[in-house]
Amino acid sequence: MEHERKVDGYAPAEERIRHYKEFTQPLKEKDLKKQGSRCMDCGIPFCHSGCPLGNLIPDFNDAVYRGKWEMATQILHSTNNFPEFTGRLCPAPCEEACVLGINEDPVSIENIEKHIAETAFEKGWVKAHPPVNRTDKHIAVVGSGPAGLACAQQLNRAGHKVTVYERDEKPGGLLRYGIPDFKLEKNIIDRRLDILDEEGITFTCNVEVGKDISAKELKEQYDAIVLCGGATVRRKLPIEGADLQGVEQAMDFLSQNNRKVDGQPFEGAEISAEGKKVIVIGGGDTGSDCIGTAFRQGAISVENFEILNKPGLDRPEGQPWPFWPMRLRTSSSHEEGAERHFSVSTKSFKGEAGILKSLVTVEVEWAKGEDGRMALSEITGTEKEWPCDLVLLALGFTGSETSIVDQLDLEMDPRTNIKAAAVNYMSSIPGVFVAGDQRRGQSLIVWAIAEGREAAHHVDKYLMGNSHLPLKGEGDLPRV
Amino acid sequence: MPLQQQGLYFPEFEHDNCGAGFICSLKGERSNHIIHIALEILDKLEHRGAVSADGKTGDGAGILIDIPHEFFTDVCSFEIPERGSYAVGNIFLPRKSNQQKYCISILEQELENQGLTLLGWRDVPVNPAIPGRIAKETEPIVKQLFVGKASEEQEDFEFQAKLFSARKIAEHEIYNSRISEAEFFYVPSLSTRIIIFKGLLMPEDIKLYYKDLMDPRVITRLALVHQRFSTNTFPTWDLAQPFRYMCHNGEINTLKGNVFRMQAREELMKSPLFGDAIKKILPTVLPGKSDSASMDMVVELLLMTGRSLPEVMMLLVPEAWEKNPDMDPAKRAFYEYHSCLMEPWDGPASIPFTDGNYIGAVLDRNGLRPSRYSVTKSGFVIMSSETGVLDIEPENIEMHGRLEPGKMFLVNMEEGRIVNDEEIKQAIVAKHPYEDWVKNNLIHLKDIPYNAEIEVQEEVGLGQRKKVFGYTQEDINTLILPMGMHAKEPIGSMGSDTPIAVLSERPQLVYNYFKQLFAQVTNPPLDGIREELICDISLTLGSDQNIFEYTELHCRKLKIQNPVISKEDLDKIKHHDKSPDYKVVSIPILYEKERGHNGLEDGLEAVLSKAVSAIDKGANIIILSDRGVNAKKAPIPALLACSFVNSALQRLKKRTKLSIIIESAEPREVHHFALLFGFGASAINPYMVNEIIAEQIEAHDITEYTFEEAIQNYNKAIGKGILKVMNKIGISTLNSYRGAQLFECIGLHSELVNKYFPATPTRIQGIGLYELEKEITQRHYKAFGKPDLDATLDLEIGGEYRWRRNGEAHMFNPLTVAKLQKAVRNNEATTYKEYAALVNEQSRHLMTLRGLFEFTNLDPIPLEDVEPWTEIVKRFKTGAMSYGSISKEAHENLAIAMNRIGGKSNSGEGGEDPDRFYKNQSGDWKNSAIKQVASGRFGVSSNYLTNAREIQIKMAQGAKPGEGGQLPGAKVGPEIAKTRNSTPYVGLISPPPHHDIYSIEDLSQLIYDLKCANREARINVKLVSEIGVGTVAAGVAKAKADVILVSGHDGGTGASPLTSLKHAGLPWELGISETQQTLVMNDLRNRVVLECDGQLKTGRDVAVACLLGAEEFGFATAPLVASGCIMMRVCHLNTCPVGIATQNPELRKKFEGKPEHVVNYMYFIAQELREIMAQLGFRTVDEMVGQVQKLDRSNALDHYKSNGLDLGPILHKVRTPEGTKLYNTEEQDHGIKEAIDFELIERAHPALFRKEKTKLSSPIRNTNRAVGAILSNEISKNYGAEGLPDGTLKIDFTGSAGQSFGAFATKGLILSVNGNTNDYLGKGLSGARLIIRVPEGTTFKPEENIIIGNVALYGATSGEAYINGKAGERFCVRNSGATAVVEGIGDHGCEYMTGGTAVILGSVGRNFGAGMSGGIAYVYDKDNSFRKQCNSASLNLLDVEDEEDISTLRRLVEQHYNYTLSTVAQGILENWDVRLAKFVKVYPEEYRQALIRIAEEKLQTV
Repeated sequence: MEHERKVDGYAPAEERIRHYKEFTQPLKEKDLKKQGSRCMDCGIPFCHSGCPLGNLIPDFNDAVYRGKWEMATQILHSTNNFPEFTGRLCPAPCEEACVLGINEDPVSIENIEKHIAETAFEKGWVKAHPPVNRTDKHIAVVGSGPAGLACAQQLNRAGHKVTVYERDEKPGGLLRYGIPDFKLEKNIIDRRLDILDEEGITFTCNVEVGKDISAKELKEQYDAIVLCGGATVRRKLPIEGADLQGVEQAMDFLSQNNRKVDGQPFEGAEISAEGKKVIVIGGGDTGSDCIGTAFRQGAISVENFEILNKPGLDRPEGQPWPFWPMRLRTSSSHEEGAERHFSVSTKSFKGEAGILKSLVTVEVEWAKGEDGRMALSEITGTEKEWPCDLVLLALGFTGSETSIVDQLDLEMDPRTNIKAAAVNYMSSIPGVFVAGDQRRGQSLIVWAIAEGREAAHHVDKYLMGNSHLPLKGEGDLPRV
Repeated sequence: MPLQQQGLYFPEFEHDNCGAGFICSLKGERSNHIIHIALEILDKLEHRGAVSADGKTGDGAGILIDIPHEFFTDVCSFEIPERGSYAVGNIFLPRKSNQQKYCISILEQELENQGLTLLGWRDVPVNPAIPGRIAKETEPIVKQLFVGKASEEQEDFEFQAKLFSARKIAEHEIYNSRISEAEFFYVPSLSTRIIIFKGLLMPEDIKLYYKDLMDPRVITRLALVHQRFSTNTFPTWDLAQPFRYMCHNGEINTLKGNVFRMQAREELMKSPLFGDAIKKILPTVLPGKSDSASMDMVVELLLMTGRSLPEVMMLLVPEAWEKNPDMDPAKRAFYEYHSCLMEPWDGPASIPFTDGNYIGAVLDRNGLRPSRYSVTKSGFVIMSSETGVLDIEPENIEMHGRLEPGKMFLVNMEEGRIVNDEEIKQAIVAKHPYEDWVKNNLIHLKDIPYNAEIEVQEEVGLGQRKKVFGYTQEDINTLILPMGMHAKEPIGSMGSDTPIAVLSERPQLVYNYFKQLFAQVTNPPLDGIREELICDISLTLGSDQNIFEYTELHCRKLKIQNPVISKEDLDKIKHHDKSPDYKVVSIPILYEKERGHNGLEDGLEAVLSKAVSAIDKGANIIILSDRGVNAKKAPIPALLACSFVNSALQRLKKRTKLSIIIESAEPREVHHFALLFGFGASAINPYMVNEIIAEQIEAHDITEYTFEEAIQNYNKAIGKGILKVMNKIGISTLNSYRGAQLFECIGLHSELVNKYFPATPTRIQGIGLYELEKEITQRHYKAFGKPDLDATLDLEIGGEYRWRRNGEAHMFNPLTVAKLQKAVRNNEATTYKEYAALVNEQSRHLMTLRGLFEFTNLDPIPLEDVEPWTEIVKRFKTGAMSYGSISKEAHENLAIAMNRIGGKSNSGEGGEDPDRFYKNQSGDWKNSAIKQVASGRFGVSSNYLTNAREIQIKMAQGAKPGEGGQLPGAKVGPEIAKTRNSTPYVGLISPPPHHDIYSIEDLSQLIYDLKCANREARINVKLVSEIGVGTVAAGVAKAKADVILVSGHDGGTGASPLTSLKHAGLPWELGISETQQTLVMNDLRNRVVLECDGQLKTGRDVAVACLLGAEEFGFATAPLVASGCIMMRVCHLNTCPVGIATQNPELRKKFEGKPEHVVNYMYFIAQELREIMAQLGFRTVDEMVGQVQKLDRSNALDHYKSNGLDLGPILHKVRTPEGTKLYNTEEQDHGIKEAIDFELIERAHPALFRKEKTKLSSPIRNTNRAVGAILSNEISKNYGAEGLPDGTLKIDFTGSAGQSFGAFATKGLILSVNGNTNDYLGKGLSGARLIIRVPEGTTFKPEENIIIGNVALYGATSGEAYINGKAGERFCVRNSGATAVVEGIGDHGCEYMTGGTAVILGSVGRNFGAGMSGGIAYVYDKDNSFRKQCNSASLNLLDVEDEEDISTLRRLVEQHYNYTLSTVAQGILENWDVRLAKFVKVYPEEYRQALIRIAEEKLQTV
């Protein structure tokens, strides 16, 4: 390889934690071209398979390498409605599947993607293209997260009249209220929403389907509805002291902070990390977002607990290339000063006068049980008490909310997601489609967009008999 | 009766090759003795023929002699007129007496109609006990017919014409009569001068069968003899040779086109000689005859035009005049004029011919058949495929010669002298003012002025039109762009794993339903790059004329150098109006899309009727144009239109009036153009490619060239590509390729084919016009019907060459690769099952033919009853991948793995490091069980062959059948150079053909050579699936191969032009079953092992292959994937990121494959196979072979395209007697036991076992072949590559050595011949010294006489050769280390040489040093003619000045003198200082640079 892998740099931690702005330092165009040149135009581009959207990665890499940014923009948008989101936020399964990654650093696909998207906006190539012909079909998309938005845009392109329902003040879902600004500034969402708006999509915010308007009513009003409400039910930690003041859900903390940054009002008491010893329970992306936010709010210290063992830097044996590996990933937030602790289980919270003061943990061990599954056991004598003022629970989500499910009498799957056929995304009720986390359970933005796009095709086909909306084609790499 | 078509077997793909010769008395003395001598010649050529399964039936042999007038006068019961004033013929007749009488009466009637006199009939006495069982079945009754002139005054020529008419008309009548034994009727000869005795007989049996021949009263001045080697055992009596005027050793590749064009020519034939009756004589060529028989019928007709026999031969087999600026202008003009009349009958051909007055022979332009002659002082001329067939005292030899490429050898019997080529031809070319005619009439396109740009207005934008014609971004970026930039066809690797067109779910262009045919075994592919001077792609356009006349009109034509033309050229043609007899008409090829397939059908008819009316109005060029598509009009596929017009006009007898030009947006890759030319086009303008290139210039994708240059580059690339496609099947000129239809359809219904592509084979049916139209509609819809949605790509990405989700499906895709690697690395049976399920499922998902089958007739048995996996894997092999194409690590990994399980790995074409021949301490063995012998012969030495368990002759390769290869110098590092016996950094070329296999009998010879080189090893011949492969395989089985491998078309490779990767060869399902069927039909199946490979991926694949007839199985891509290959498809770039297909030391470190991975893979495959066997009820693989009744077409599939497929022919089971084994049960008898080596070994005991110097002598003759190979094998067994000390064993032979004298002869041997030798002297020479000198008593000048044959020292790796006389063609071809001194050579000397030294002390033929990348040649250039003969592209021609050079040269000349007493050497040495200045040192530039680099590296290490 002639060139080393390079991605955008970060502003120094001590500097970047003083604000909520994005802090990447973009590569120069000539470096980006070099990065594009690292792509080997493989006979089998596993990246293209690893990407849930089926992004045409070798093709846009080549376009970038040849300095054909507009062509790259076209190629990228042909499979991805919102590359500016995935270019920032995706954990990049494509890069794990990159052939170069077998024995070298993979191509910086995601970073290239981001720059294509940003260049496109900068040059004014991303423009509204309202459909030339309209059908007489009306479709409601419930939820304005990445799945809902992608689905809405696709269906609008097919000429249908699309209304997006959002219960919050502004569209965007977790992108807006879950992801901190330092990872995704909200004007990034807004500029895309402007385009969707201009293309003729109606956004109805502050209306919660199932509450403000019944799902049944919606179903009657529209030719089809697509549920893209996400997997929003948060996992709880039902242990002693969980109700102490200072034990908070990560999502409450993050959404409140995003509203603050945006100058929006928020409900409930303020949750602040300022001057506090903070412990974030949960080693995932949400946990990581909590860490970065806590530092920016002025936390004295941030500890991060993960119940699973510390993964290695290398691939585990059972997850060889090109499959997605569980391995140690360190985010920019982690680098801002958090202490990470693995194989730790929280046993109880302790407090005084209803206010959290500390928590108690025990170390755990994982071993394969008789059924072949990994099971955990606590190691006696490893209890430890950690003084703390704020605990943020970032334990993930357990599935879909149920009000719409109940109103429409939809079937759920065993994992409390709404059941919808993988072949056409249709729920147990004809005309009601489900896409994104609400169908597949909590997952990645890239999956949400992919589901939104795929569902749109099937909705279109359901309404019109056939569809010209693209499908991504076969070839998803399974998880192992 | 020839065998009828059944299953996949098509009788038209029979081939034959042969031994031929003649003898004549210059003094005109007639004797019976000549017959005996002639038959002795045949007897001595018996190894060039073959025998059927009954062990007695030859493939046919015959003899042509003067009419024995005195004999007939004696034996006939009726009166016979004077010699020459009557005709006599041997007539084959039906056996049933009524039918016999019928034939006789017809013939008599027609003779009477011609006014001739029937003199009488005589029963030919034959011995019925002679023919073998098979021959007996088709033995005719033979009678002699005597015919007198109409009157005494009748001119001889008229008499001939009447005889010809009568016979022709009678033939037509009888063959059309539908009598059951019509096929028995045949007239071997009916002539006033000669008579032919022939039959399905062994050569020695001819005279026993035809008792006349033994009668001393039967005397002749000349005798022409021939014996056939047919690929199968259904030869017939009538196809035995000689034919009426000629016999033929070789193969006419262009036959189909020649016959079509001959038919077309018949439209115009007019002759006062025949008048209206001419219609009754036609067609000239009877259907169903062999190439030689067909050619003979044309010769016969052309003789009736008043041409002499030599002139006819010049017409049919012209020398390579196109690129020979030194040719006499008159002769050149003759050839150019005649190129407007007749395309060459192209292919390897040595054609002895005679009309009784002249006897002679002509050789094809490539010189691909051996033809040697000797003239004796006693007045005999003896010509034959080999020298030494008769014992002639040295003192009696006047001269030894050979037939040269394109040259003629002629004896004028009346004048009793040999007429040399120049003299014959001079007289012929002076007959008419050809030079003036050509100058005044033939227009060259380049000379037509370009007037003004004529704008073509397309109403629809380029973007939409691209979609209509199915362009993808991949087409543009992968195909068009590289050709526009580099003027070369793009290269790819790792084969093809996409579905064949009929199984693809994506709309396909019609072109994709056709596969290119290619040469294997029965004729050689050619090398149009290195042997460019023989090839030509120019074409002439315009109307043809009556071949019975000579006028200047015949050459009033338009000539195009490269018929892939630009828009500008097309405009020039359209608007050229200088000539009154030049008219161009443009015909749109569009149809009303709305009207669907009826619209298409009517559209085609409309095109035809427009063409017909254009002809009627005097057009001589039509342009079929698909310009002007729009929302309503869809394009008729250009190929469909072209072929339809071409064939329909032929049917309507209007074809010769005009030429077809294609103006189409469709053609973009070489295959498209090849098809259009192959189906009758004469020029093509790919206008959309021109527009796309314009776009690329605009977008700065092409910057180094202007628009015009880029177009030229592209056209040039296509031109070169077409040349390669032609060369692949052994054709040198586009003139012959045009209209020859050398393709097979796969997936087209015969209804469609019969109507639009008549006479093209299609064996499993498939889609019709309806489905074809549907595919057009799908593309049209994408352009005009589909709404324009935002954020979709203008043009699809593609995915044909590189996998894309929405592109064409690939068998190896992310999931299958990932699962397979996970399975073998972690030894996870469950993951393997997932992988296998994916592959098997996707193959059922309409990707492969095997996917369409399902198992049936299940008869389950317990799994434990099935033979264990350890037994099964012994039948498994890994593919032939050379060290060089893949890394050392990857190569050894496969070898270790296969040795661990008792399977076989394959060395590939790259030699092998002898260190690997011995097991290492851990017991692992890196020795490849199979050693490959391919056309480059890299590293093929006695020791290499000795260490093989199986030796594989690669006749073709699935990914690029019919093509050679090239390893660029940069990749030839010191280690690779060592194993390949070559010089580091010197590029290595594998020629397209094996230069010792131009025909089936040559292959038989190589098999014999290799068997001698290692008797324990099985000889495996690798073929590639195509129509006729079964027939070829039958021939190969008769040539004594032990194993026949039939490869699928889709195999991987390090590098191949994309055209070959995709469009040549067929899936193995067809090849294996055709081979199985044909071998079983021929009763040859049990003599050979049948092996299959080509993208075998799972146990199910193996099971299907086995049920179709395979018993051993090869895997290449999958074991590589198991070793870490991720199908990067950059093998040709040396950048393999996983260390497999690379020699870069850094990248090689990345190789992570382990033998276990490969072992696991083989284990999984075997287990899956066992499970299927248990289900089907087979305990052993043997039981399972060929049990096609266990396969059925799956009902589960339903796709509009696949519905029309008929898999019946694949599943056809040949009826056999009970108990016939369908697998290998018998060993071949190679006839090794008779070799004289064994006797020599006994006598050489002290040398061989005690290294004592020993000297022996022995007589030798042409039937002693490959002498020295067995001896060398014994030495290699004991002493390895080291051999014996120099000069330990010296053997002096006296006589004419057979072919391959000194083959693979190793160190320590000195083999000398007092006499001469045949072809392939010192093949693979491995260290021995060979000395060939003229015997004592010789009076001729050795330097002017042919002493050794063609292709000497082919692939020699070390050793020396001293030749006291001249050599034939291709001296030192692919020599990589031997030193040779010779006194003159033929054409193509030192071709592809990569090392060693050649000293040539005499004349040198054309094209010296083509592809010579290494080694040094010193040429004694007496008359300063050498430079002109040189293919000097990359050669330095220097004076010999360097001290070291001078001393080397002097030493070699001295040695030559010492060993041979050469007078030439003596002369040079006596005047050394003067003569030295005459020497030219030929020093390849690449070699010079390599030596500098090596010297530098040595300095660095010091």
